[in-house]
Amino acid sequence: MKSLSALCLLLLSIASHAETPQQIRQTYVAEAAAVQTGFTPSAQRGAAFFKQRFAINDKMPGCTSCHTDQPLNAGQHAITGKNIKPMAVAANGERFSDPAKVEKWFGRNCKEVVGRLCSPAEKADFVAYMSEVR
Amino acid sequence: MKPLLLLTLLGLSLPALADRLPLPASTPASYKSECGSCHLAYPPALLGAADWRRTLGSLKDHFGSDAEPSPAQKQEIATFLERNAGNAGKLGNAGEPPRISNTARFVRKHDEIPKRFWRDPRVKSAANCEACHTHAADGRYSEHDIAIPELRE
Repeated sequence: MKSLSALCLLLLSIASHAETPQQIRQTYVAEAAAVQTGFTPSAQRGAAFFKQRFAINDKMPGCTSCHTDQPLNAGQHAITGKNIKPMAVAANGERFSDPAKVEKWFGRNCKEVVGRLCSPAEKADFVAYMSEVR
Repeated sequence: MKPLLLLTLLGLSLPALADRLPLPASTPASYKSECGSCHLAYPPALLGAADWRRTLGSLKDHFGSDAEPSPAQKQEIATFLERNAGNAGKLGNAGEPPRISNTARFVRKHDEIPKRFWRDPRVKSAANCEACHTHAADGRYSEHDIAIPELRE
């Protein structure tokens, strides 16, 4: 019986996927540490990455093209003009709480703006910056 | 007296009905997340079924972005759009690639909007319904809910 209720709880947690930004960062840190011993995430590196101009996409040369260079502020899609809620956890508590959503947008935006997949280390730094920026 | 009142009420309610385009109650979550992140999750009635099919068939290059969802989500979205698509004959030709803003219905409804409003950085593109239709996310496109006066400043 106990194992059945434990199983139910497990299934429930898998279905909802709610996590904290710390848990999501930790997943990327573990992936990064597997290829780079002693990796520790850095919000400073994350900030530099966020503000970098990759310039492989005319309309979206960097993250800031849509998200502005201040992640505490709302952004605006560079092509459609749609409002984008702030990236910083301090300004938008919904950020980095759904691992599947985070992976989806790293997947899409890294390909489109950075021109390649982002590494687990870059993702860990990015989440660190967005979690800590005030 | 009573028929007159009814007629007046009907006359008042018709334009309002025509400007209400809420997403159907059956709208799957995948439509809102996959088709409502970069732009508004558009009312499916604003394009005909064939135009939605063409749109779904070219999501790998969707106006310059790769917007391809997972196969399961795509199937769910395709079924939803097929069921709730608008009457292409009434909407008018959407062009290639299909754009809601190319249809005769859209053009007619927006023919009084000066070009400079479209160019306003807060509007940016015709895809940005919410810039003027402040309640577009709730399906309210009535002229009473338009924020154009703010753009005039």
